[in-house]
Amino acid sequence: MGVQLNEVSLSYPGTGLVIDRLSARIEDGEFIAVLGASGCGKSSLLNLIAGLLAPTEGWLDVPDDGAAFMFQDSNLLPWLSAGRNVELALKLAGHPKDTRQARVDQLLELVQLGHAVHKKPHELSGGMRQRVALARALAQDRQVLLMDEPFAALDAITRDLLHEELRSLWEQTGKTIIFVTHNVREAIRLSGRILVLSSHPGRILETRRITEDLRRNPAQSAALADELTTILRKEQRKHERTDAN
Amino acid sequence: MSALTQTRAAAALRPAAVLRRRGRADAVIAPLITLVVLVSLWQIAAWASPLREDLFPGPAAVAAKLPELLADGTLLSAVGTSLFRALSGFAIAVLVATPAALLLAHLPLLRKGLGPLVSAMQVLPSIAWVPAAIILFGLSDATIYTVLLLGAIPSIINGLLSGIDMIPAQYSALSRVLGASRRQHIVHVELPAALPGYVAGLRQGWAFAWRSLMAAELIAVGGSLALGVGSLLQRGRDLADLPLVMLVILVILLVGVLIELLCFAPLERKLLRDRGMTRTGENHG
Repeated sequence: MGVQLNEVSLSYPGTGLVIDRLSARIEDGEFIAVLGASGCGKSSLLNLIAGLLAPTEGWLDVPDDGAAFMFQDSNLLPWLSAGRNVELALKLAGHPKDTRQARVDQLLELVQLGHAVHKKPHELSGGMRQRVALARALAQDRQVLLMDEPFAALDAITRDLLHEELRSLWEQTGKTIIFVTHNVREAIRLSGRILVLSSHPGRILETRRITEDLRRNPAQSAALADELTTILRKEQRKHERTDAN
Repeated sequence: MSALTQTRAAAALRPAAVLRRRGRADAVIAPLITLVVLVSLWQIAAWASPLREDLFPGPAAVAAKLPELLADGTLLSAVGTSLFRALSGFAIAVLVATPAALLLAHLPLLRKGLGPLVSAMQVLPSIAWVPAAIILFGLSDATIYTVLLLGAIPSIINGLLSGIDMIPAQYSALSRVLGASRRQHIVHVELPAALPGYVAGLRQGWAFAWRSLMAAELIAVGGSLALGVGSLLQRGRDLADLPLVMLVILVILLVGVLIELLCFAPLERKLLRDRGMTRTGENHG
């Protein structure tokens, strides 16, 4: 089962309308990127789907067990080791104690961190912390995985590596991934479909399908990236003008 | 490579454990040097003073009082009595303050009503409670414990409350997306996250407990009350025995510092190290 958004609006007191009558259907097993300039309501959209916020208008249909969430900064608990951070998700999901350690080892191996099970978050690099956060999100064992700009703070090489790992994990697990980003190339590289959001309030401006052929063709990818970047810049300028007024 | 660059490179490669050991050694040596300097200055001032030795005793005169008090067992018995009162009173304060702080943190209306009162209690010098406690409970241990608890509890409550207030909002979001119940959130996320603030509150609570105890023992003397360190201070005053008074002040200071150094400082260091944090101004190099 995928995710359905029907005429969803969200307002914050004082800020006004953040998302305006947004409708979309995300199919089961789809990898979708939500692309938008800063402050366009991308993260709010994920918070709505995760149930952290309630829509002011409209309705959403998400699987009964909810969605796993990966935050922009890893949001690991600093007093727990990498293994214990992942184990906490298993514990809260009701996994029996005797099966948890094996599953923790399995998940950390999956994100190439089998050797770091006892390391505390501050002993890990930014990329490693995000891998642990990914393992924790996978530990929730939910079909929908929400990712809020998870690689935004990483260096280009680490980000590149994690892109490959995430694509490979998606292919292995068949999860429905909703990936929020402001990075056009990241969206093209990872997703099968891109939703471009307008700025303030967030509405769907464009929808683009990304085929494997397009992804493998550098000229076509670059042309699409340029086109989407132009749209985002225009939106960003509009947003800045609105703020100035 | 220049000699300076080589030295810097060697320092950078020095293992963290070596740097930590050196930091700990510095933490012991620096206060010791300060102590020696202060005691020396005190002795020089006493020698140079025109006042009689019983009116301005130097450290040698104060130290000369020690064998006498140790020989008749007065000092050890008084320290034992005060330490027992302080530790048992502090334990009761922790047991009362911790659930109280959790209730205040989770019941906004209760906090709005009682929060200012708790803060006001923290500001009130605990010595102010002594006359009321004596009227209510007479010269008994109940008086001492009442003053101690009223001194320590508000600090512990405020410490845990500020620890909870400073928890990043993202941790609550994390608990929700992980499907934690309220109880699970408190046990697995809120309390561990608030631990540094809680320990700071405990530390302050201990300081208040020790101070309140001294105030209570100083005033509430006689009746069924065993002799504590504060009462010994009062005895020194009654006898106009300044060396005894100075010695007892030093003992009070020593007990407070020892509890701080042996319990709270290592606990706080471990907590912060486990989280990859250091205290402001702490030098590991």
